[in-house]
Amino acid sequence: MSEIIVELKSVSKFYDETAALDGIDLYIRKNEFVTLLGPSGCGKTTTLRLIGGFEQPSGGTILFEGKDITSIPPYKRRVNTVFQRYALFSHLDVFENIAFGLRIKKLSEKAIQNKVTKMLEQVNLEGFEKRDVNSLSGGQQQRVAIARALVNEPEVLLLDEPLAALDLKLRREMQHELKSMQKQLGITFVFVTHDQEEALSMSDTVVVMQDGKIQQIGTPVDIYNEPTNAFVADFIGESNIVDGIMRKDFLVDFSGSSFECVDSGLAQDEEVDVVIRPEDLVLIPAEKARLSGTVSSVNFLGVHYEMLVESDDGMSWLVHSTLMEPVGTRVGLGLEPLDIHIMKKVSSP
Amino acid sequence: MKRSSLFPYMIWMILFIVVPMFLVLYYAFTIPTETGATWSLENFGRFFEPIYLKVLGRSLRLAVISTVICLIMGYPAAMVMAGNAFTRKNVILLLFVVPMWMNFLLRTYAWLTLLERSGVINVLLANLNLPRLNILYTEAAVVLGMVYNFLPFMVLPIYSVLSKIDKGVVEAAGDLGANSYRVFTRVIFPLSVPGVVSGVTMVFMPALTTFVISRLLGGGQFTLIGNLIEQQFLVVGDWGFGSAISVVMIVLILLSMAVMSFFEGEEKDVALW
Repeated sequence: MSEIIVELKSVSKFYDETAALDGIDLYIRKNEFVTLLGPSGCGKTTTLRLIGGFEQPSGGTILFEGKDITSIPPYKRRVNTVFQRYALFSHLDVFENIAFGLRIKKLSEKAIQNKVTKMLEQVNLEGFEKRDVNSLSGGQQQRVAIARALVNEPEVLLLDEPLAALDLKLRREMQHELKSMQKQLGITFVFVTHDQEEALSMSDTVVVMQDGKIQQIGTPVDIYNEPTNAFVADFIGESNIVDGIMRKDFLVDFSGSSFECVDSGLAQDEEVDVVIRPEDLVLIPAEKARLSGTVSSVNFLGVHYEMLVESDDGMSWLVHSTLMEPVGTRVGLGLEPLDIHIMKKVSSP
Repeated sequence: MKRSSLFPYMIWMILFIVVPMFLVLYYAFTIPTETGATWSLENFGRFFEPIYLKVLGRSLRLAVISTVICLIMGYPAAMVMAGNAFTRKNVILLLFVVPMWMNFLLRTYAWLTLLERSGVINVLLANLNLPRLNILYTEAAVVLGMVYNFLPFMVLPIYSVLSKIDKGVVEAAGDLGANSYRVFTRVIFPLSVPGVVSGVTMVFMPALTTFVISRLLGGGQFTLIGNLIEQQFLVVGDWGFGSAISVVMIVLILLSMAVMSFFEGEEKDVALW
């Protein structure tokens, strides 16, 4: 594992009385692609702005390569930011926008020329040097914003929902480009998004946040397969979440039946959240299943069908399957012990 | 808009702008004779006599001084108002605008009574055992009057442009390594140029042509170009010469506006005009 470059220690941020960040601890390793993921208002952008130096934390410390940078202004930090709405300098052309940071550092005209030209190649904007930034499309402006930040060769690049304003196709393209740029340049990326698919496909590490707290940190695979609580499970991908009671180790009751599971170590009769991914539910003949119900809606989504099955206890189950049963059919839902994820109830209001 | 609905405006513009303009041009390029009038450039020739050029020079000098002072005072004021640390911007904005609700003459007369030998300021200074301030009927008083009257025209356009600058742009400059001085010189000021151009134009033009301020606060000792035109029409009765000076002024103003719009670049839409 490579060394830690940015570290947040019990960092809080209060606006008036409300906590945007509630004592978070987080470290980011060199050359990692880290995504801060969460719904709006979860504190992900605040975290990014604290690392960038645009906000001061109300409490806690921020370390950069082991040194305290909590009160150092943005212009002295070796991080650069790609802003959500690009924030390009409208009085400068594309070349001068990208050259801005280099001119501040007083590099020679030749060095600036070299670096900017290289950067323009990197982001596929050759020939755009003299263009007015206001005349560019959203995707092109995005590229200029990325080039303007990367040309300074920062240790860490912060990206605040940089793809939010792009259409779906462009977004996919940029996701791949950003990822390959990050690998090629070996720069640490801290990426903020509310799009879980984006987070899963791009990141080395995903940090799931909610209400100013970190819910889970892990690789995309871990986050998806082993969510630590019902919030993460629900936010990352679609889930069926039902109340259950842990009868004993490896046995859980929900929807009126007992099911074998792979979880242990909870108290006897503890109330838990049971999370089951829609793709883990298999349609089987009703008489063979402990869980059965009636198909109430069918949606064709291309790769698979999305069906809602109303079980006898009134619960709706979301099922993803390549097979389709028409509405009104009585079906059984089969599931393996491994597919039943048991989560401690979150004691939240 | 339908063509026909433009009609009233066209009539208005012809009656009150186009016709008077042609009258001014007519008087400027003619001299009266016994039989009527004859085409001549004599009126313009007179204007280039040293005594009148001196008046033009003084007008330009005082207008430039006033504009520069307005800019130096107005820009920081606009910046403070546009800054987000400042929560009472409406109050300050109002304070700048309220004097503009009062009659221009009254405002200028008010300075007369303030600056008089036994006026409010001098009484106050005397009570504090300080020397008198004798600036009434000097160029300083004229400049003071211009700055006082025209300052809002500098502050408002600059404020309007500054307050529209995206905060993200300022943050981006800081992020790219610019300290606050560099952020100002490389980003904020360049982006505010359209406002500065508007402000400079809106102060310089009236300052160049005013005749009330120089008459009241200059005590008639400082003839400015505006006073000269006024005298030719109302005192001397030489409409031809008065018109010629007016034409010269119009040309000067058009030229300066052309220069200004060159600086303004392509971002006209941001400024007031």
